[in-house]
Amino acid sequence: MDLTTRYMGLELKHPIVASASPLSESLDGIKQLEDANAAAVVMFSLYEEQIRQESEAFDYFMEHGTLSFAESLSYFPEIDDQPAGPDNYLDLVRRASEAVDIPVIASLNCVSSEGWIDYARQLQGAGASGLELNIYAIEANLAVSGREVEQCYLDILRLVKSSVSIPVALKLSPFFSAIGHMAKQLDDAGADALVLFNRFYQPDLDIDHLEVAPTLRLSQAGEIRLPLLWIALLHGNVSASLGATRGVETAVEVIKYILAGADVVMSASALLRNGPRYLGNLVDGLSEWMDERGFRSLGQMRGVMSRGKVKNPKAFERANYIKVLESYK
Amino acid sequence: MTERKVMTLEGNEAVAYVAYRVNEVCAIYPITPSSTMAELADQWAAEGKTNIWGEVPLVVEMQSEGGAAGAVHGALQTGALTTTFTASQGLLLMIPNMYKIAGELTPAVLHVAARSLAAQGLSIFGDHSDVAAVRDTGFAQLASASVQEAHDMALIAQAATLASRVPFVHFFDGFRTSHEVSKIALLSDQQIRAMIDENLIRAHRARALNPDHPFIRGTAQNPDVYFQGRESANPFYARLPAIVQQTMRRFGELTGRAYRLFEYYGDPAAERLIVIMGSGAYTVRATVAALQRTGEKVGAIQVHLCLPFSAEDFLATIPETVKAIAVLDRTKSPGGVGEPLYTDVLATLSEAYLQGVLPSGTLPRIIGGRYGLSSKEFSPAMARAVFDELAKERPKNHFTVGIHDDVSHTSLDYDPAFDIEPEGVVRALFFGLGADGTVGANKNSIKIIGESTDLYAQGYFVYDSKKSGSQTVSHVRFGADPIQAPYLIESANFIGCHQFNFVEKVDVLAKAKRGGTFLLNSPFGADAVWDELPREMQRQIIDKKLKLYVIDASRVALETGMGGRTNTIMQTCFFALSGVLPREDAIAKIKESIRKTYGKKGEEVVQKNFRAVDQTLEHLHEVQVPESVSSAKERPAVAPSGAPEFVQRVTAMMMAGLGDELPVSAVPVDGTYPSGTTQWEKRNIALSVPVWEPDLCIQCGNCSFVCPHSVIRAKFYHETRLQKAPSAFKSAPISARGFPETRYTLQIYAEDCTGCGLCVEVCPAQSLQQSGVKAINMAPKPELVSERESIAFFERLPVNDRSRVDFSSVRGAQFLEPLFEFSGACAGCGETPYVKLLSQLFGDRLLVANATGCSSIYGGNLPTTPWSVNQEGRGPAWSNSLFEDNAEFGFGFRLTADQHLNLARRLARELQDKVDAQLVDAIISAPQLTESQIRVQRERVARLKALLLLLDDEKAKDLLSVVDHLVRRSIWMVGGDGWAYDIGSGGLDHVLASGRDINVLVLDTEVYSNTGGQMSKATPLGAVAKFAAAGKPVAKKDLALQAIAYGNVYVARVAMGANPQQTLLAFREAEAYPGPSLILAYSHCIAHGINMQHGMRQQDLAVTSGYWPLVRYNPALRESAKNPFVLDSPRPRVKFKDYAFNELRYKMLSRTNPKESERLMAMAQQVVEQKWQIYEEMASRNGTRFHPDASVKFR
Repeated sequence: MDLTTRYMGLELKHPIVASASPLSESLDGIKQLEDANAAAVVMFSLYEEQIRQESEAFDYFMEHGTLSFAESLSYFPEIDDQPAGPDNYLDLVRRASEAVDIPVIASLNCVSSEGWIDYARQLQGAGASGLELNIYAIEANLAVSGREVEQCYLDILRLVKSSVSIPVALKLSPFFSAIGHMAKQLDDAGADALVLFNRFYQPDLDIDHLEVAPTLRLSQAGEIRLPLLWIALLHGNVSASLGATRGVETAVEVIKYILAGADVVMSASALLRNGPRYLGNLVDGLSEWMDERGFRSLGQMRGVMSRGKVKNPKAFERANYIKVLESYK
Repeated sequence: MTERKVMTLEGNEAVAYVAYRVNEVCAIYPITPSSTMAELADQWAAEGKTNIWGEVPLVVEMQSEGGAAGAVHGALQTGALTTTFTASQGLLLMIPNMYKIAGELTPAVLHVAARSLAAQGLSIFGDHSDVAAVRDTGFAQLASASVQEAHDMALIAQAATLASRVPFVHFFDGFRTSHEVSKIALLSDQQIRAMIDENLIRAHRARALNPDHPFIRGTAQNPDVYFQGRESANPFYARLPAIVQQTMRRFGELTGRAYRLFEYYGDPAAERLIVIMGSGAYTVRATVAALQRTGEKVGAIQVHLCLPFSAEDFLATIPETVKAIAVLDRTKSPGGVGEPLYTDVLATLSEAYLQGVLPSGTLPRIIGGRYGLSSKEFSPAMARAVFDELAKERPKNHFTVGIHDDVSHTSLDYDPAFDIEPEGVVRALFFGLGADGTVGANKNSIKIIGESTDLYAQGYFVYDSKKSGSQTVSHVRFGADPIQAPYLIESANFIGCHQFNFVEKVDVLAKAKRGGTFLLNSPFGADAVWDELPREMQRQIIDKKLKLYVIDASRVALETGMGGRTNTIMQTCFFALSGVLPREDAIAKIKESIRKTYGKKGEEVVQKNFRAVDQTLEHLHEVQVPESVSSAKERPAVAPSGAPEFVQRVTAMMMAGLGDELPVSAVPVDGTYPSGTTQWEKRNIALSVPVWEPDLCIQCGNCSFVCPHSVIRAKFYHETRLQKAPSAFKSAPISARGFPETRYTLQIYAEDCTGCGLCVEVCPAQSLQQSGVKAINMAPKPELVSERESIAFFERLPVNDRSRVDFSSVRGAQFLEPLFEFSGACAGCGETPYVKLLSQLFGDRLLVANATGCSSIYGGNLPTTPWSVNQEGRGPAWSNSLFEDNAEFGFGFRLTADQHLNLARRLARELQDKVDAQLVDAIISAPQLTESQIRVQRERVARLKALLLLLDDEKAKDLLSVVDHLVRRSIWMVGGDGWAYDIGSGGLDHVLASGRDINVLVLDTEVYSNTGGQMSKATPLGAVAKFAAAGKPVAKKDLALQAIAYGNVYVARVAMGANPQQTLLAFREAEAYPGPSLILAYSHCIAHGINMQHGMRQQDLAVTSGYWPLVRYNPALRESAKNPFVLDSPRPRVKFKDYAFNELRYKMLSRTNPKESERLMAMAQQVVEQKWQIYEEMASRNGTRFHPDASVKFR
């Protein structure tokens, strides 16, 4: 059984990748993922903003209350003034790249052009096999248009692509008016992979205390529909690899994604819920299903349910909607 | 000579730089103002910096200076080159070892930032009292007078001690030299190596204790040989002056800086001479130069080697023409014939005269005087007064200078207008807040000028006595020639006022030179600012013809993305206006410095700062000064007219920064000051203060409970009292049953609030309809007139009757009047809420022995102190003895109380038939456990007193002198972890073992907070602190378990942010327990690197993570066979890391050494879990498994 796949130029032994989660926050965690047979690991995201804020907080607390009272002119030992940079993250990338045989893909979120270029280069230098750009912003400014947001994505991608030679994936938000067009533009701009879709921060409200509650919810199996739709639509229409993420709870979701045309399927929530070893179950489940159906390789199976390959491609479009409604009658 | 490298350094660093390079071991302990030397040594060791032999010295913190001296002695005896750094009380604690080290002729140098000794009061400031107190130890003493000298003498002392075998105290003036920033020529390692003779080091090692060729040293001696032994080392001392002089000569050859044992300055044919050592020498030298220019025949001798005092060298230094000598000592020898330097000079000259060896043949007139105690300013005007005195026919001996002594009339008058500051030196005074970065910016300016131009620079910084909202004054000089002016700037050609509200509080222009420049940070523009200035300031600007410039630095900061940081902006203004450098050059250098500082933080940050610099110049405007005064504003009086006479006459002067002008007669003779004076100092430091929402409030008392500054007070009262309430006065119906027609008010003392926000954090009452609105919310400070009316009305409402208040609940405790208020502690302090609670619960019969530390500073630092009195005139009686002895000091309180209680009871019995036998019976058998029982006892004692006063009987008078003891006293020892875990540990252990009724409150910040964050044995595993820069590798000492091991000690571990009710219960149980009690109180602290507003939340996390389990061990329970050990907190619910990583002290290591941080954090988690298991097991025992004891009699 040939489960190998090619994702953003990387040869993987099978299509199941551990996506960004707290499991990749330590070397032990990354090793556990490798031991659990992950084909690659996307590390947790490096946030420039967080580093900046932490650096500012660090400076603030180092100086807070100093030079005020003659006996306590400072409260901490002086340290060599290295601003809190991505050092810890880079160090982990470096150690992980050396310690495991599978590709380690770094995930990056920046707020400045300088940050995108600088951090991307440093991550490449640290040995990352690829970069996943986790462009993650809620555009709360009502004056910013959709076109400007799209341009921002494209600019960042071009900036990073021109700064590094390792492959670059882009993790997309589903909130574009025309995802297909957006994907095509990113593809043209040189994205090596598109990852569909980001689940980002959607706060809840605490009605007891009238507060915004920043809770993070793990994904559920039902959430695969939207990425599934778009992978099916994009397969064969872009040259970038397609990564599917969201809602992978069992091998069934893996199978669906690959049938739709995904090159890799990523899982985080299921691994957080069931432990890293669960990843092996997903691989086994996929393999068994392929075996039952007589698929000999992943390539044979990939995209057989994509829009270009299914008998009724309209089913992916409005007809799909109509049909669903009809089924309730 | 090697290439000359210059640096701008503080005196402490200049000394540590050398000491670190020429030693193998440093045993250290923090004490102001020497701590920086130890901190730097520790930091360099952590960074792997080496001494001149390529080794990283071992730097070890000890539990006290006594411990440090012991370790120094041991390391020396076994052959290591060893040093320590200390001051004041620290040096005193070293005395026993100093006798040993010297007695054994062991080469070593102790570096001392000389400081006052605690006498009638503690002082952290500089004088020579400490070094004077160790004169007989056998240590030689070498004095430095400037940062450069301190740097140089540190090496000379080291070379000389090795050559002579006599140990040295190398000292320099605390603060004036230790904290002055100055541009100096730095010694190279090559020069240092050239001064140290390797053979002498080998000889030192050869004399070391060594089992391979053993001997015994440290014998016990008898009358037969001890005396001879003391005399046997005389030749070593006799040779010493020549060795030191030879060392100085060698040093001069290597560096070009030549020193002598006694340096002479002035007219070779001087007739009047001052002899002095320490920084004051430069003041005298400068004065001599100025007087010489007017033809006066004066001179000065600066003493370097003051012990042994070389008569021969001294005599050789005095010009034969000298007719009168004044010897100035910076210390006080009460009752002696004079101070040490004076007596040395007097004896030297008298002996020479008597022996007929005085070169002049005639004995000059010799007078001695005292100056500069506790960093009292010593100016050229004062030096001149001494010379003037010497010119008199009958000059005053044993004089003082710098004060006005209207009691013993010792003081010399001086003319403060005498000004010798040279032209061409830029002299700038900057007035700022501790929090606004003024001092930091000035230090940066000095570095810029000092290290990137040929100019010289000097900075000295004056801080006020408060830890929150403190004001700073920077004295900064720049000039083309080396600056040797160890005195404050008296005539400034540049004044920078970085806070606009100072114009109404501080006389910032008092020292402005005519024609000078005044830069004011002002929200009012150039066309509007004039009318906002008070009359007095307008008058000064006009009369002194000052050029006035304004900038709205806050606005520039905001607009350029600098947030609240105005320091770079004000610094730029200074450079633009002062003319220290051409403007373009100056701006370029500031930008260079910005790039150096922020370069690593990214181009964007650099550009942001550059923008601020550029915008500054655009927003800096000159004000056209009108020709006449137009303002109606007057600077308000410092103390209100209703304040007591002492406060108005004395305290107010100190509050106004005019304490130097107080005459001796104004100051109490024995250090006794009135209680409760903070109420007269309305500091108004908070921009926003809590505002109470009566309709939302559930009256739980949480806000009042946690308020560190006692600015949230609650009262309940009958509703009819509201009839006369001012319109702004707030009130709500009380939310308690059984109180009909009763109203409740939560009064905020806005002028005393520091704006910390702890109250808002703990308020549980959230508006049902508005997000983010609680029953108490921070808001811009309200209009003060109506606030003052409300507070005045609130204070007229009767204090709630303590017998009607429920002491057992937080809700009830809010009605107990705090007798600790408005301290100068940090905003959001984690200690003071406990201290305040103590005062609320037991204040009217409370005696507090307070260990030196934060709590003694915010509790007792003048001018105003927070321990106050109630309406009956009763309140906490508070005292601070020392750092190390607090348990013993408080124990003494107990011994008196016990003894005088017994005496009072016996006398009462003996007098019972003359007074009222039944009354005496009732008094002696009174239980005095509850507040109402205490109240009744007070009434009984009052009746007894009244009856005794009617008797004409000696015994009755005796009884009256101790009768107050019949009301049970509550005796507490209060202090921090530095005291309880380290320096006072032995004493604390002893008094806990005594079985007597004492109470100990440890305000555990887990670090030496007052001296700036050094590690104690309470510092937790994995936290970074000074002296633990690499993270503390050892877990915190479990003082609770140690005390529990005695069996008869009540022990509680509390954290009010986690469970205020448990805190309250523990305080009451501890006090009620008739034996020793110990409360360990988690005190969040600025030294944890936290947002202080979230201090209580951190306390809660400390508990919920299991790091700080709440426990109570009450031996009284064992008497009824119950388990005395109660675990009050639930099982850990969050990981240690989730608590710890909110704090910089833990987070720091994750940045500097992530792997080690990970390792220590994992270990810390293990410690938490294992400790928890032990505690859980103890909580599950029955009472019989804790051993009984017979020491405590239960009431």
